[in-house]
Amino acid sequence: MHIAILGNGISGVTAARFIRKLSDHKITIISGETAYPFSRTALMYIYMGHLRLKDTELYAPHFYKENQIDLVQGWVEKIDFDKKQLLFSKNSQQSSISYDQLILATGSKPNRFGWPGQDLKGVHGMYSLQDLQKMEDYSNGLERAVIVGGGLIGVEMAEMFHSRSIPVSFLVREDSYWDAVLPPEESEMVNEEIREHGIDLQLSTELKKILSDDSGRCRAVCNSKDEEIDCGFVGLTAGVHPNIEFLKDSGLKMEKGIVVDEYLRTNKKDVYAIGDCAQLSSPPIGRRPIEAVWYVGKIMGETLAYTICEEPTRYAPGHWFNSAKFFNIEYQVYGEVPVSYDDELSALFYRKGKQSLRIVYQSEAKEVVGFHSMGVRLRHEMCEAWIEQKTPLRSVLENLTAAYFDPELHTNFHRAFIEDYNREHSPTIQLRRKPGLHNFWTTLGELVKSN
Amino acid sequence: MEPSLSITGPEKTQLNLWEKSGLALAAIATLFMFSFAFQGEFLSHSWSLAIILLSYALATGIYSYGAYAGQAAGIKNDHNFFTSLTARGGLGWILGIFLTGFYVLLYWYPTVLGLHSEGENTGIIALFDPLSQWIKGAPASQWFMYGTLYTIAILYLGGKFIYKYRHNSYHLIRTVSVMFFQLAFAFMIPEILQRLNQPYFDFKMIWPLDYYAFFDWRIQELTSSGQLGIFMLIWSIALILVVTPILTYFFGKRWYCSWVCGCGGLAETAGDPFRHLSDNSRKAWRVERWLIHAVLFLVVAMTAAVLYSFLYDSNHAVFNTTGLAIFFTLILGGGILWVLKDQKRFEELDPTAKKVGMALSALIVILLWEASFTGRYDLLFIPGHQIRSWYGFLIGATFSGVIGVGFYPIMGNRVWCRFGCPMAAILGIQQKFFSRFRITTNGNQCISCGNCSTYCEMGIDVKWYAQRGQDIVRASCVGCGICSAVCPRGVLRLENGPDNTNKAKELRALHIDPKGVSYQP
Repeated sequence: MHIAILGNGISGVTAARFIRKLSDHKITIISGETAYPFSRTALMYIYMGHLRLKDTELYAPHFYKENQIDLVQGWVEKIDFDKKQLLFSKNSQQSSISYDQLILATGSKPNRFGWPGQDLKGVHGMYSLQDLQKMEDYSNGLERAVIVGGGLIGVEMAEMFHSRSIPVSFLVREDSYWDAVLPPEESEMVNEEIREHGIDLQLSTELKKILSDDSGRCRAVCNSKDEEIDCGFVGLTAGVHPNIEFLKDSGLKMEKGIVVDEYLRTNKKDVYAIGDCAQLSSPPIGRRPIEAVWYVGKIMGETLAYTICEEPTRYAPGHWFNSAKFFNIEYQVYGEVPVSYDDELSALFYRKGKQSLRIVYQSEAKEVVGFHSMGVRLRHEMCEAWIEQKTPLRSVLENLTAAYFDPELHTNFHRAFIEDYNREHSPTIQLRRKPGLHNFWTTLGELVKSN
Repeated sequence: MEPSLSITGPEKTQLNLWEKSGLALAAIATLFMFSFAFQGEFLSHSWSLAIILLSYALATGIYSYGAYAGQAAGIKNDHNFFTSLTARGGLGWILGIFLTGFYVLLYWYPTVLGLHSEGENTGIIALFDPLSQWIKGAPASQWFMYGTLYTIAILYLGGKFIYKYRHNSYHLIRTVSVMFFQLAFAFMIPEILQRLNQPYFDFKMIWPLDYYAFFDWRIQELTSSGQLGIFMLIWSIALILVVTPILTYFFGKRWYCSWVCGCGGLAETAGDPFRHLSDNSRKAWRVERWLIHAVLFLVVAMTAAVLYSFLYDSNHAVFNTTGLAIFFTLILGGGILWVLKDQKRFEELDPTAKKVGMALSALIVILLWEASFTGRYDLLFIPGHQIRSWYGFLIGATFSGVIGVGFYPIMGNRVWCRFGCPMAAILGIQQKFFSRFRITTNGNQCISCGNCSTYCEMGIDVKWYAQRGQDIVRASCVGCGICSAVCPRGVLRLENGPDNTNKAKELRALHIDPKGVSYQP
């Protein structure tokens, strides 16, 4: 059987790797972007000079050869679902590829909301390697860049320009950075971090239009306060949408993304969709239909491999988790962490400088449902086990050091967190053990035993 | 298409004025020092040396200020692949060639540096006479000069490293540790011992890195130096047989390689700007495994030959060769029987370990029988003293010095530690099979960015493990902790402790299971 995978991002490559682990099917991964799959989330490090493109590649070239995963570079223009054929654009090395099963993992494209001037030269998103090349091309001699949209890619782009000493104006529609996802305190920490790096962060400010110079390149933007900001580059980072335009009118059922069921199947036989481009018709409780997140793509890729090679396996992503880095502040989230709190959920929050930890629990039952940390590393398995086992808040606090994942010899933020708790609550909490692997295994063992 | 890969780098990514001034000052101080090699003596030696060492301090300070001041604490890897010095550009090559040249002079042409078999020192080495007189009451040798510069490099650039990683206590503490061990154990104590007419002894040097620890002249020197000498000899033996296995069991080889060792100390401090130049390909790993174990074999065989001849010559011979040959043949035979009885046990062993183990045992037996028949203690008919001089030339000087340090700006900062150091080989075997140390990966948080693999000075492809959620237990890991520091998602942690699931061997799925289970401890 020949399985064709369209898209060499993390979803497609993860699917390929697990299909190979489980079967001897012929596997072909097709992409126009690069010859070898690389880590999209590492694009910023190439621009900043931390890494080279080859350092970001998921696997060394010999991996694909030895695992008999064929890589084809070329842009697919059309898919003939009836003949089970992928048709390439004119300049490609080959004209078509036939498949028995097809996995669509075509990823996203940056949003453009119809702003005047959005197609000028020097106006770009940052998603693909080609986008990065454009950024590089416009960076020499650049006196200011404007970034539009306060999400994860926006803050990455700000850090990138900052590394080249290029001044940045950062337009964020919301009243505080990423406040639809981050609770107010954490969001404020990021505001501070962005400003500390000399970025001109303009909150509650939108893009009105982009102005052109004589050559058709952007020369300035006009913001919603009718201020003109001179700039030679505009970064559009107001979210992404599934990259599926080329599939229009192909008979594939699509809404915002490619519609898939809980087994990641599309309406076409033997065609699946995973990652950023997939839209779940009935997402798991508490989850969105489209989640353009690295880890979601990875889990979908692995799930689908089991469906294709063994038995139909439901997409069951487990408890939500995510992470990012805002300049120097690392961020991790596990489970449910709302932005605002009502009667049902409560949170403990403590901040010390550039570090903070939030533990969310059910107000009545006092069972922990989520963790949210800034500048503090938490052990994924421990947090997940606590959430999964509906662990009482008190037990989590007593064993908090079991989730400690900061480098050794670091100041123990968890201790400060508990001290803060003890100032305001009674009875007080005593941390049971010192941080470390032994603590983690013991706590996990006790947890499993008690249930 | 590879964006931003030109050596000259994009605009605004080259060194800033402070950094350039720091480098220029260091270069001027070095030129000033070398001018003494050409009889250009303008000032007294004491003043000149003071000016040189202070200039280096100032240069380091100015460079560090330019590189890290005015920025928030955090990872400082911007432009590493753009700047000439750190991306194998012109400056990198100039520095590499200069260092290489310096080592060549140091090892083989010390007269150029001013060392004379008769008469007073001249040139550069004479510069260090006042300091040497003050510390040990004798004129400097080329090794005193080298030791001083080496210590200065670790102290100054250690300070720079601490400033760079000021947000990370692990780096702060271990760097203070290597600075202390270099200054006290490697530099001051041995010199002071000499002043007190005791043998020159570095209490943290361990055989086989210290490959002459059990040479005949060395044993004679120690045994004829009273109780302190005897203690030193016992300490040398205890270090390798007792201290090393215990500490490595609890902490991994890092307790030595990145907390104590001088070679490691220089690599972590002076070599830090070049760590991303280490080759992390699988091919390099293959070369590494063969090379480092070959050096280990060589040093073991050499030490055995020298020791044997020493005991034989001095009529201390406890065993005769034939007895030894029979003894080892029986052990080898027993081993073969053990393997034949249950082949599974054999298959579980690491393939490289198997090859090296078989080759070693076979060679030991062959050599012993050879010695028994010829009545000599040669290695494959090459006399012991010849092996000794070749080892000193090839490994002791060329590999560890000329290539090991001279090639920092070209091949990364741990070339010697990774490909050549026999001590690292022994610690590595212990770390891999008998240690509680590992690098834990954090669940599923890896984004495969490649920072860990790129900044691993030992060329370990950390990402390979991290992205599949597998703990990292690798013989070569020196536990510097940089992979954990540069990880943007908090995925890696150096840890000592029990492992209930053998996570280093088995890949665990955190979320996916055909039955839809979401968590498996």
